[in-house]
Amino acid sequence: MLSNILIAISITLMYSAPLTLAAMGGVISERSGIVNIGIEGMMSIGALAGATVGYFSNNAWLGLLCAGLAGAIMSLLHAVASITFKSDQTVSGIALNLIGPGLAMFLSRYFFNGATLTIPVPAKLPKIISLKSLQNTAFSNLNIDVTVILAVFVVTATWFLLYKTKWGLRIRAMGEHPAAVDTLGVSVYKSRYFCVIASGFLAGLGGGTVTLAIISQFTPTAISGQGFIALAAVIFGKWRPFGAYLACLLFGFSQALVVMLGGGTVNIPSPLLAMIPYVLTIIMLIVFVGRSSAPKASGVPYQKGER
Amino acid sequence: MIEKIAKFLKTPFACTSIAVVCGFMVACGILLVTGYSASQSLAIMVNSVFSRPKFIVNVILKSTPIILTALSVAFAFKAGLFNIGAEGQYIISTVFATIVGILCDFHPAIQIPLVILSGVAAGAIFGGLVGMLKSKFGIHEVLTSIMFNWIALYFCNYIALSERFNKPDSDGSYPINPSGFTLLLNDWKFSDQGREFLRNNYFLNDVILKTDFNLNFLVAVVVAVLSWVMIYKTKKGYELRVAGLNPDAAQNAGINVPRNIFYTMLISGALSGLAGALSITGTSLHGIQSLAMFENYGFNGLSVALIAGSSPVGCIFAGLMFSALIYSGQSLQFKIGAPSEIVNIMIGVIVFFVALVRIVPSLINKFLERKAKLDVK
Amino acid sequence: MEINKDYAVQMRGITKIFNNSVALDSVDLDVKKGETHAILGENGAGKSTLMNILYGLYGADTGEIYLNGEKVNIYNPSCAISYGIGMVHQHFMLIEKFTVMQNIILGTETTDKFGIINTRKAKKKILDIISRYGMKVELKRRVRNISVGMQQKVEILKALYRGAEILILDEPTAVLTPYEIDELMEIIECLKRDGKTIIIITHKLKEIKKSSKECTIIRKGKFVDRVEVQEESEQSLAEKMVGRKVKLSVEKKPAKAGEVIFRIENLCVKSERGLDAVKNLSLSLKRGEIYGLAGIEGNGQKELLEAIISKRYAESGKILMGDKEIQNTSVRNVLDSKISIIHEDRHKDGSILSMSVADNAILDKYRKKPFCVNGFLNYEERDKFTDSLIKEYDIRPVNCKNTKIRNLSGGNQQKLIIGREVSSNPDLLIAVQPTRGLDVGAIEYVHKILVRLRDEGKAVLLISLELDEILDLSDRVAVIYDGSIAGEFTQEEANEHNVGLLMAGGKGNDRENS
Repeated sequence: MLSNILIAISITLMYSAPLTLAAMGGVISERSGIVNIGIEGMMSIGALAGATVGYFSNNAWLGLLCAGLAGAIMSLLHAVASITFKSDQTVSGIALNLIGPGLAMFLSRYFFNGATLTIPVPAKLPKIISLKSLQNTAFSNLNIDVTVILAVFVVTATWFLLYKTKWGLRIRAMGEHPAAVDTLGVSVYKSRYFCVIASGFLAGLGGGTVTLAIISQFTPTAISGQGFIALAAVIFGKWRPFGAYLACLLFGFSQALVVMLGGGTVNIPSPLLAMIPYVLTIIMLIVFVGRSSAPKASGVPYQKGER
Repeated sequence: MIEKIAKFLKTPFACTSIAVVCGFMVACGILLVTGYSASQSLAIMVNSVFSRPKFIVNVILKSTPIILTALSVAFAFKAGLFNIGAEGQYIISTVFATIVGILCDFHPAIQIPLVILSGVAAGAIFGGLVGMLKSKFGIHEVLTSIMFNWIALYFCNYIALSERFNKPDSDGSYPINPSGFTLLLNDWKFSDQGREFLRNNYFLNDVILKTDFNLNFLVAVVVAVLSWVMIYKTKKGYELRVAGLNPDAAQNAGINVPRNIFYTMLISGALSGLAGALSITGTSLHGIQSLAMFENYGFNGLSVALIAGSSPVGCIFAGLMFSALIYSGQSLQFKIGAPSEIVNIMIGVIVFFVALVRIVPSLINKFLERKAKLDVK
Repeated sequence: MEINKDYAVQMRGITKIFNNSVALDSVDLDVKKGETHAILGENGAGKSTLMNILYGLYGADTGEIYLNGEKVNIYNPSCAISYGIGMVHQHFMLIEKFTVMQNIILGTETTDKFGIINTRKAKKKILDIISRYGMKVELKRRVRNISVGMQQKVEILKALYRGAEILILDEPTAVLTPYEIDELMEIIECLKRDGKTIIIITHKLKEIKKSSKECTIIRKGKFVDRVEVQEESEQSLAEKMVGRKVKLSVEKKPAKAGEVIFRIENLCVKSERGLDAVKNLSLSLKRGEIYGLAGIEGNGQKELLEAIISKRYAESGKILMGDKEIQNTSVRNVLDSKISIIHEDRHKDGSILSMSVADNAILDKYRKKPFCVNGFLNYEERDKFTDSLIKEYDIRPVNCKNTKIRNLSGGNQQKLIIGREVSSNPDLLIAVQPTRGLDVGAIEYVHKILVRLRDEGKAVLLISLELDEILDLSDRVAVIYDGSIAGEFTQEEANEHNVGLLMAGGKGNDRENS
């Protein structure tokens, strides 16, 4: 029983870490008023960059950093389109979701002689708690990646940034009423650029977490839909850091449920088990969330001096 | 003169063309940087689409599901809804079309409509559910659509691998009963007489024998035209557009906005469903496969709808272009080893520039304004 | 006039072009230090644009700005703020979800290490300002929970907190009760005594008389005159503003009221947030009369209207059109009961901005013959109808049928909407703030149509925040306060004083609509 619980905890945390990082990116960007539907694309490119740099440099941490940077560079495209050019944020986000995975696979083939799988990194990111040595006890099942801690840290930091600092006050304000922020002499454009790039960085980290902590290489299916799940978590969590984190945990937990039920004595076909997280999410949405209220100005390009 | 050029550049057609050209340029740039010849690549791509009648027909055949899912997305867009669930609606439709196609075996006159309708209904239900969850509970359609996509995917795997439907030693289901095929001249082309006739005609041989020759594309075109009529010529279409552009004013005009959301998603789902069902009846393997990840018919439809600016008729042309790009990407990899993903990048860049060129009209206005200012001075 | 350091603000030759049209054409402005200066002009004359240029929100295409005799370049609002300019916009620039405190400090926060906000220091400074100018504001409350008058004080506080010496107030009285206006005037006096310079943008003549010594008049983007207020009559100011003779009051014959056509009995409605917004409200309208409903924003007008058109659930009570109960049916049913509505926000509620004028012209009747036959729209009929509206209601430009309604001026948009609603031949027309943001010509026109409808034997329910409009037009005046009718007057009885008193809750103090 205890070992089951510990396995469940381990899996929950493991699955939720990349989602959490990406979701925090989503929270920051959307709170500033920029819808970021392109998380998936930024995660993909981060996953590839992490695995590639991790392999060539033999340093998973450097890989993770580069994953974040790659996501940030990708998000710059979104920032230019949605802030400077004031284009439709959904369209440019979708474009990133097309470019990201495509570019990731393209580069994978380029760096690894036509293979869409990269060569596994020699050393994954370390575990913070790994009690494999305590064999035969339940505790050997507890297994926590360093990225789990990173995720908790980022959630706390995001919350701190948004609710305790002056920058957070401004970010939240410009997601509601950018013109008001502008009349007070704060540049909406610059701050929004910062938020979108930060969101790209975090999404990239999320991608890197997948390929450097969970699995050890980039594969075409490494990031299949996790960016969208992160996006869902943002909405589910009502655009709040801890709300989104809870949503990610819920999602991780239902993944754990899938794994545990699959290995258990209950005879349910695995595809049906795999549906659980999604069905559960919809039920939770119906029961708990109801009408969600996005930041007022979210998705509306800000035009300075518009009449 | 300047006004004329400005007016032309403001048209959606000009804007989209600019985006497409930009997409090609960026893709060529990437190929150059990574050490492939851009001109050779382009030549291969053009060749792979136009060099044989078979290729052209295949591009057209493959464009059908994309055009239909694009119409599905575009239809929802017109009502202000973002149907990112076209993918799931497509998949669930293929699943139910397959189930019905395998379980039943009637005369084609009954079987074909039955199979197609079951697929359409499955897609419509999936879309309608999303619409209902939005109108009843206010849950964001993007959120539920994403979840339904995954549910559809795993349900597909469940059916494809289930005892009743799994074709032994494969990851897929049995094909549906041939009575449900919508292939054209299928029996004839494999008969002695047909083979004999086609052998003497290179063109027809290539077009009919070597492809899944069917009329699905015409269905897509007809559906596109019908969508256009519905959106722009009917009362329902007017309500839908009004509700999409300004829900508050729509409500004040006596339009039932929640019901409108539901019906729009229902129809949008049905269109994606039609895409899925026709794929099962019209192209081999005539069944479903267990999926490791999405096949992107719905997501591609999304891109096509965006490129077409949600114009139903535009979807036909954008879908054809899209299909040609994907088709040519494969031969690019085959011929010179350039990763076929360059096509995905290219499409992504085109969509990106589609977003950017929306500002072309306002840039032109700015330009004219500046000119006016100079005139004033 | 020469550039002189006795003047806080001097603007010279300011020109601004928007979308191919000249918004400001070489306008001059001179504001003496320590005085209240009014900028008078119609809606759309360019007053706000001029002030937005001074505040750095727009760049002028040509022209120069001098502060205290020195030439300055103002690139953006923070530049303006650093020169000691503060501006209170007509549409308040407040974050509704934030507290008053957060709104005041936003952008100039006092912080500890790591950018952590520390409100203690800021609070002291704010409390100082509050006590100095006698403004009652609770810092902890959320802006969406305080009254409009209070929100305005928050805006003034915001500017003073940033050290404003020159304060621009854009249409400051548009949304206030008579009592609140007096309060504002006191605050302005107080600021003036402290050596601050005040610029008031307005199109209301009475206020200029009350508040300002000098006045600059702008018409259609051009400088008209700069006058000493005391030397001019209201009539002459009005003529300079509009450029022709105007009648300051509405001309109408006595009402010939008929039978009761519309009744509300003991209506109760809850607001978005589940609070009682309309409480036991009853009223009745007769054919052939204009019934004016006065009241400050947020006293249940919005919920009342939504309940009437069945957009919001009526908890209890009845709404009767003739003998038919229409509460809690559907918007469509209400419209079909011969009720037409001119909504307050013509962009959000009354039109589809990115659709053509023709498509907008049939918004309330698209589903009826001849515009719709067997489920298909008849575009010929639509165009014919649109042409007739354009002709009858003098909508310009004349060939605007296929242009997007977004590209029409506010006055022409409103004319189209009114024409559309009136052409449905309603028995009851509900007009909410029908002249908001319109110029004098358009206002006269709208008023004329409302009176015409009345004379044709229709009932008109006029809901407006502008007391003058209500008093001018209505045959009967009612005041809505805190969700109930606080009192009813005939036109003869009603005046600014007794109506204003009820609007403020009978006691004349600050009321909060939480």
